[in-house]
Amino acid sequence: MKGSEAIIKSLKDQGVDIVFGYPGGVLLPLYDALYDSDLEHILVRHEQCAAHAADGYARASGKVGVCIGTSGPGATNLVTGIATAHMDSSPILAIAGQVGTALIGRDAFQEVDTLGLTMPITKHNFQAMQADEIAGMIKSAFYIASTGRQGPVAIDLPKDVQEQEFEYKADFQIDLPGYKPTRKGHPGQIKKASNLILKSKKPVILAGGGVILSESSDELLELSKLIKAPVTTTLMGKGSFPEDDPLSLGMLGMHGRKVANLVVDECDCLIVIGCRFSDRTTGKVDEFASNAKIIHIDVDPAEIGKNVDIDIPIVGDAKIVLTSLIKTIGKLKEGNPGSTKEWADYISDFKINCIPRLSFEDVPLKPQQVIKEIRDSIDYDAIVTTDVGQNQMWMAHYFTSKIPRTFLSSGGLGTMGFGFPAAMGAKVALPENDVVAVCGDGGFLMVCQDLATVREYDIPVVVCVLNNRYLGMVAQWQKLFYDERMSHTHLGEVPDFVKLAEAFGVRGERVEKPGEMKETLQSALKSGEPTLIDVIIDPDEILPMVPPGCGITEIIGEYKVEREVPGEIPYRAPHKEKEGE
Amino acid sequence: MDEQRTHVISALVLHKPGVLQRVAGLFTRRGFNIENITVGTSEQENMARMTIISKGDEKVLEQIIKQLNKLIDVVKVRDLDPENTVKRELCLIKIHATSEKKRSEVIQYANIFRGRIIDVGPETLTVEITGSPGKIEALIDLLRVFGIKQIARTGPTAISRGTLD
Ligand SMILES: Cc1ncc(C[n+]2csc(CCOP(=O)(O)OP(=O)(O)O)c2C)c(N)n1
Ligand SMILES: [Mg+2]
Repeated sequence: MKGSEAIIKSLKDQGVDIVFGYPGGVLLPLYDALYDSDLEHILVRHEQCAAHAADGYARASGKVGVCIGTSGPGATNLVTGIATAHMDSSPILAIAGQVGTALIGRDAFQEVDTLGLTMPITKHNFQAMQADEIAGMIKSAFYIASTGRQGPVAIDLPKDVQEQEFEYKADFQIDLPGYKPTRKGHPGQIKKASNLILKSKKPVILAGGGVILSESSDELLELSKLIKAPVTTTLMGKGSFPEDDPLSLGMLGMHGRKVANLVVDECDCLIVIGCRFSDRTTGKVDEFASNAKIIHIDVDPAEIGKNVDIDIPIVGDAKIVLTSLIKTIGKLKEGNPGSTKEWADYISDFKINCIPRLSFEDVPLKPQQVIKEIRDSIDYDAIVTTDVGQNQMWMAHYFTSKIPRTFLSSGGLGTMGFGFPAAMGAKVALPENDVVAVCGDGGFLMVCQDLATVREYDIPVVVCVLNNRYLGMVAQWQKLFYDERMSHTHLGEVPDFVKLAEAFGVRGERVEKPGEMKETLQSALKSGEPTLIDVIIDPDEILPMVPPGCGITEIIGEYKVEREVPGEIPYRAPHKEKEGE
Repeated sequence: MDEQRTHVISALVLHKPGVLQRVAGLFTRRGFNIENITVGTSEQENMARMTIISKGDEKVLEQIIKQLNKLIDVVKVRDLDPENTVKRELCLIKIHATSEKKRSEVIQYANIFRGRIIDVGPETLTVEITGSPGKIEALIDLLRVFGIKQIARTGPTAISRGTLD
């Protein structure tokens, strides 16, 4: 067998049926082997899109996504996508071609140190120097990518190794003596956490992306009902808890819901699950949940205490830990109704008074209205992806998600250009689900060439470009913090996105008035064709936010609420009360 | 909690290309202090032992150990207890010494420090000394007056006492 055939065989042995890639000189042997194989390959139009598509595939399906790029520029183009997956713990395998082993280190044509480049942005990486190493490496790569704290793995494949003939042995062993992820939580810690939770009067749960990765949404819901604790999520945790549930607070943090930020400030026990306490979530750490004892459940021990001091850490897989936690609390709770009813009532009063307003009749359109119409047009199992910027934060803030793996966004790296190719990957993974990408006009242009891919392979995603003629999020910061000095954030002559789509043979539509979004999106989804919808929105709309370096209660900007005459928000400002004592 | 302390971290790692880069890259990227690092083979086949000297408070040390443990090629990590650890360094010192008198003085100092002369040239003597970093510093200070031409130090390596792991 040749090395290139071993790659394909090994991928198929891992259950891979489709890969996203782009060929090149050093990948000729692999692509030659692909020619005869039944492994499906989607030719993207930029390697960054291959990586994001593999990532979107992984996030939507839970399976490892695979992307391929050639040596040198192919590998460097993959880098942004790999780093994006790394920050958000998304399991992908990136295969990069490399110059022949005899040329490595000689600055050969299209040589780059892929191993060195990807070392800090992968969970692990490998370089195959012999064809007989390939099968073991790919098996190890899948194991590493998909277990413990998930993440990307890269494999560097020199050209001659792909060509090398060798005798394939099926009984190879994988040997990773330094890799033993902890799964079960420590029973003593679980007991301690249970006691603390039962003693608390004002518990809150903060769910991160780890809940989705460990598929523990059912357990999260059960815990929340059991202890009557409201649930807020991080951006990555969106979808882990039904946001229409009375106990849902929505997203927390810099662009979080007011109710979430204020309630976390007031709680006396914060149960944090699968979350890495990003600065975008916590705001100023010294002031974060400063009235609470914090329980932190995470599969990655290095996340415990990294950014925020923890009172009770529990290292383990969220699903397993939550299951034992629920059992332990259930036992301890017998005959004890608990004392959180008052808290739950307070939260529901609180929530009613700060539900953000979504309906606006304005032209140009307000993004809230657009998002409301998107929500009304699609089922809850439809997958939405976002790009990065205001479009992302509006979606995170205003869009109601209920089901895990239906809200995909680049959280950690904040990669513009993620939304569209991730949607492409998600649609390939789950062709039965509707997939809608919500992008900014800036970010979409970074990846618009892949309209050719969705046309060529008939991948019927719908891209909604929220067209505000601005690099909106940066412009927002300039307005708020840089004296409205709008340095290089106005996009000037934006292209005609409808014509752009049509040039690629993709349906193009424009939406300008309330009501049109719903109609256009529904007919786009019904058409079964890839469609771009150019949505002309108000460039001046700003999302209230917490300025960097401030505590999460210090929200600036007008927080428009749904109620015409909102009642007094019953926030009890715990810090001030304390001072008065 | 915030007290800065020097830690000796002993890590058993896979003896593979790139493992030093992984460890060194981790320290740079996360802003961990690294005063010294030594690598060599260990008692186990295919494994090397790294001894890392780093300064930081308890929180930083905890992060260093956890982050090291996350590396797939790192098999085992220990923060060695300073009370129960022996730490040794090897140092080679090349001294400019032509006169008989100077040469015999250098040899005497070397003897007192249990060092050895390992090379003699027409104009130079080379001393080999092993010991704690403090002892090596002391000898270097004494030899300075003769004119040191070159120093090569390994940096300390360390092992726990007795049956401790
Ligand atoms: C690749 C990349 N470059 C730059 C940035 C910095 N950045 C964050 S948001 C933003 C503006 C995005 O503009 P647009 O895509 O139009 O979205 P909007 O905020 O207007 O919704 C920029 C430039 C980024 N996140 N990613
Ligand atoms: Mg924009």
